[in-house]
Amino acid sequence: MTPELKGLLLVSIIKLLVVFTVTMIGVALLTLMERKVSAWMQYRLGPNRVGFGGLLQPAADGIKNIIKEETFPGMANRVLFMLAPALAFIPALTLGSVIHWAAPLPVNFDFTLPLLGRFVHTGLMPMAVADLPVGILFVLAISSMGVYGIALAGWSSNSKYALLGGLRATAQMISYEVAMGLAVVPVLLLTGNVAFGEIIRAQQVGGFGWFILPLFLAFHNFLVAGFAETNRLPFDMPEAESELIAGYHTEYSAMKFSMFFIAEYTNMVTVSAMVTTLFLGGWDIPFTHWDETPGVLQTIATGGMMFLKVFFWLFFFMWIRWTLPRFRYDQLMALGWKVLMPIGLAYVMLIATAIYLIENVAGISSGLVKMLVLTGINVALGYIVFMVLDRGLLIGGSRERGAASGGLGRRAA
Amino acid sequence: MLQAYIPMLLVLAFVAANAILILGLSHVLSSYRLTPVKLSPYESGMPVLGDARERFSVKFYLVAMLFIIFDIETVFMLPWAAAFHQFLALRGLLLAEMFVFVAILAVGYLYIWKRGALQWD
Repeated sequence: MTPELKGLLLVSIIKLLVVFTVTMIGVALLTLMERKVSAWMQYRLGPNRVGFGGLLQPAADGIKNIIKEETFPGMANRVLFMLAPALAFIPALTLGSVIHWAAPLPVNFDFTLPLLGRFVHTGLMPMAVADLPVGILFVLAISSMGVYGIALAGWSSNSKYALLGGLRATAQMISYEVAMGLAVVPVLLLTGNVAFGEIIRAQQVGGFGWFILPLFLAFHNFLVAGFAETNRLPFDMPEAESELIAGYHTEYSAMKFSMFFIAEYTNMVTVSAMVTTLFLGGWDIPFTHWDETPGVLQTIATGGMMFLKVFFWLFFFMWIRWTLPRFRYDQLMALGWKVLMPIGLAYVMLIATAIYLIENVAGISSGLVKMLVLTGINVALGYIVFMVLDRGLLIGGSRERGAASGGLGRRAA
Repeated sequence: MLQAYIPMLLVLAFVAANAILILGLSHVLSSYRLTPVKLSPYESGMPVLGDARERFSVKFYLVAMLFIIFDIETVFMLPWAAAFHQFLALRGLLLAEMFVFVAILAVGYLYIWKRGALQWD
């Protein structure tokens, strides 16, 4: 092995250990945050007995879960039953390693260890464990692997609730993946690159600013699809307590149940980080440009900024949970296939045409003007979608059930 | 270029090892006092009725099939979008081609909508 490769391996292992530890502790604290936020929103106190203000509650839960009795349902397929939590856990934890958590850090070292030899690293180190050139494609690919864990969990349990939960989760996750992929396409129209470093850079210096303004509808679709992909309310049909007990993990106990839990919360963090990276400039600190020149201070500051943004979206997840009621399953599928899919497709074509008209036909090169024109288009589109189309026309309420066949819900009523 | 993927292999191996470790630890540390009732699938406390693996709605298969069609279309759009940004001179052609593709897709989409494949009940 060359000294450069060994240097790369060394920094990768350090980054991997840091990111993995922070993710696991963060997820543990996230379960506490979820319970605390839920409690505050319902005028309760939440867990407050273990440790200062309930801070050690996740540790207590973890220890409890690891020594709890493991049950294997008698009719379950034992191998798949064991495999399913691992298959949900592995893709979820893998995804955190491609996200850029802070500005790249200049790392230069050259030293020799006995037995191991020489380690060399020069230049900028991206603050992601693996800075893959395929970036967003990797996230789209691996996040859909999580479906296997859930589908297998539901099927292998051989319990009716679990099977229904697993089927619902599978259908929901693959449906919203189309919407999610289509929401990513406009971002690529503006960046021309799939690597996260380049996407963040395009939002810093590309002239469009953060993509949340010029691509608001894509941002909205991505966020909605993200909620559905992580099975969070208002799309938590796979584990709707009042219908399916606990959905696909009804039969799971002890640490195997915890693994599904960890996977779900890690997916929340990933979606939050993805929304931040694609539409909120990643680790970019707004209105300043000093964070674009690499340095130690910049890395720390941008890391803090990234944390704040991700934290906001995590809070948003919990906020929505206590704001919106759960969808009915047919409404969920209608939203995915009849609303988000066609809107996403039309939006891609509209934005592509708009960019073509702005840049090629009108020949405007000022980033600010382009941004304002695209934002204007988005405001108009947003008005059409939210104020005109979304009036119960596309997703019928319970009155229209069965009245319409194959067409728009309200037409027959 | 391929060097960027080496850390990814490390991550995969590390995460998989962790998954096995957690499952193994829980297996070793947990106590077992199994009874036939505890081993039966949960059905709200009622005696279990039959097997869970019976026929389920064909809608789920249909969704899976539609997903494959439309996800491939999304996959096709991703490199197109990146190319659209990069090849400034070819944009008119690229746009026209994508409009043709989306028009063909829209015909299929309207067909499955009219046939009720997207209707869930």
